[in-house]
Amino acid sequence: MLGVSVAGFALGSGIVPLRVEAATAPDASDWPEKAFKTPGVDETIAELYGMEATESDQITMDLPTIAQNGAVVPVSVETSLPNVTGIALLVAKNPNALAAYFDIPEGTLPFVSNRLKMAETTDVVAVVISDGKAYKATQNVKVTVGGCGG
Amino acid sequence: MASSIRVRAVENNGVTSLKALVRHPMDSGFVKDSAGNVIPAHFIKVLTISHNGKNVFVANWGPAVSKDPFLECRFKGAKKGDELTISWIDNEGASDSTTATIA
Repeated sequence: MLGVSVAGFALGSGIVPLRVEAATAPDASDWPEKAFKTPGVDETIAELYGMEATESDQITMDLPTIAQNGAVVPVSVETSLPNVTGIALLVAKNPNALAAYFDIPEGTLPFVSNRLKMAETTDVVAVVISDGKAYKATQNVKVTVGGCGG
Repeated sequence: MASSIRVRAVENNGVTSLKALVRHPMDSGFVKDSAGNVIPAHFIKVLTISHNGKNVFVANWGPAVSKDPFLECRFKGAKKGDELTISWIDNEGASDSTTATIA
């Protein structure tokens, strides 16, 4: 609908759109809409990867145990698991659990650091895809001021 | 306009470490403004880092990523002086892109 109306506007007014979206803009069509709108950790992992994740002690998470500001919680994940193709970060009690997930192509180290919002005290779950299987690690973070407002 | 993306990439022993900071509101869609109206969700969906035309890192972000998102990642196969391209697109279709030289 939007595309049609924009094209109509451009034709009708004789204006040629100046920027038909730069060729360097990433493609967001693979963005997993449904996984990002799913509450609950297990449900989200199932939606995102179609499997259950098993606990692993080879995933290292670096994040504060107490976050004074839930709007900015730094989270780092690193793993010694082999052949990692993806890392996902989930916050258990956020309205939607999935916060971010990363594609790790060959040659990229299985490490990521990111900053997340947390609505309340809850578990942060890191999910790592290694050799096609899902592994997870969990750490609880106490939030003194929530990051989702309201 | 200055780029919304600030990048620093350093190569050491064959591993390039990249830190990126993007200026973006990352509105979650759950917050109300002072008049009580919900601020609509506005967030970066995809951020890519590419080297020689190949993606070395792809971040898929949701609205739970903090305002002015920060990202750090590490990859092999690049050397000092190589150019990296960092691009993002948000849920309203806006996008930005910048290049950085590995130090």
